[in-house]
Amino acid sequence: MFDWKWDFTFEILPRMLVATLNTLMAAGIGYSIALVVGLILALAQRTPYRVLSFCVREFVEFVRSTPLVLQIFFVFYVGPQFGIRLSPWVSGMIAIGLHYAAYLSEVYRAGLDSIPQGQWEACVALNLSTKRTYFRIVIPQAIPVVIPGAGNYLVGIFKDTPMLSVIGVMELFHTATAIGANTYRFLEPYTLVGLIFLSLSLPAAMFLRRFEDWVRASLGMKKLYSKD
Amino acid sequence: MLAYIEYLKTYAPMFLNGTIVTLEQTVLGALLAIVVALIAAFMKMSSFFPIRWMGITYIEIFRGTSLLVQMYWIFFVLPLFGITLDKFTAGFLAVGLNLGAYGAELVRGGIQAVPKGQYEAAIALNLPSVSRMRRIIFPQALLKMLPPWGNLLIELLKATALVSLISVTDLMFEAKMINNRTYLSAQTFGTALIIYYIMARFIITPGMRWMEHRLAQKLSIG
Repeated sequence: MFDWKWDFTFEILPRMLVATLNTLMAAGIGYSIALVVGLILALAQRTPYRVLSFCVREFVEFVRSTPLVLQIFFVFYVGPQFGIRLSPWVSGMIAIGLHYAAYLSEVYRAGLDSIPQGQWEACVALNLSTKRTYFRIVIPQAIPVVIPGAGNYLVGIFKDTPMLSVIGVMELFHTATAIGANTYRFLEPYTLVGLIFLSLSLPAAMFLRRFEDWVRASLGMKKLYSKD
Repeated sequence: MLAYIEYLKTYAPMFLNGTIVTLEQTVLGALLAIVVALIAAFMKMSSFFPIRWMGITYIEIFRGTSLLVQMYWIFFVLPLFGITLDKFTAGFLAVGLNLGAYGAELVRGGIQAVPKGQYEAAIALNLPSVSRMRRIIFPQALLKMLPPWGNLLIELLKATALVSLISVTDLMFEAKMINNRTYLSAQTFGTALIIYYIMARFIITPGMRWMEHRLAQKLSIG
């Protein structure tokens, strides 16, 4: 394009690629938190304690229907008001992890609900403990149901990491903004950010579809995407 | 508690102004998203490959990158190509185009979920292709895609919070201003969170339920 400077592009590229690693790390840590906390939120909604399941249900609804940027600000700024100082990284990971935990808990819930009643009854008949029922019978069968939704949110969390730049987490988008502010050139940094995101999220989506087929195949189920 | 009521008395006008701008952004963004989603979905289903390819490119680009990146690109990079947009327009344009790409897949899914027999019956009745889509296929598809569109509109409302980063004075922006002035972060961001929650749960969700109900009645299913 008419204003595109290649030498500038190659000058900033190494810095952008290092920042990409930070973005990937943020997505990875956030997603790990979300996977674990999401399962806890999903299981908490199935306990017989009405008060607990009601509170967790409302919490999930609340987190799901409010903006992530606002939640990031909330976590970052509310701590210091009560004397708890959190670094941008820590508060960013808490906010994004909890946000996606709420989404993932819905995915888990759908997966657990998809297990036929007979499976539960069989577990009761075999006198399996609750723990064994969940970990040996229910969760393994729920996994193929959960994977597509969980995979979408993995790509989703990756695409939401630029929001962490608002509290100063040095990820890809923040780096691009910093370069733009120093050099007054926005075309190359922001276009590079877009291209890097595209070149990672499209293959990731494709890989997830393959992975889903592989899991289904190894559990002896029908493949969804591949032709064979 | 009394301090909080005093605080609300002082800052309620700012919260209100922000809420109005957020609602404007949401409505304009939603209208744009609906139009763009319909166009892109039909382009993607076209049998003419350049048009299909254009539809796919739009959808994949806007779904494959972040809204924030798209918004900054529209606001900071497009002026270099001679297209300067004010921040308000750039805001809802980015939100609408981004969510429109997700909406396009919902539209396509809805249309493809209509049973084959409906197409065949419409052809057997010799309906022209436009009225086949408009009178037979699309209304049934609409009923199938309304619930996911409800979720998408909540996503859209949440996405408008990002326009504050290009200084559109929406609810999020006002909350940041109030926070800078008072340092009462818990009250400020908490209030803003609750306002967003009310808009999502008590305006969008019941509104969509009502539309589903009306449409089902019109199609005499419900």
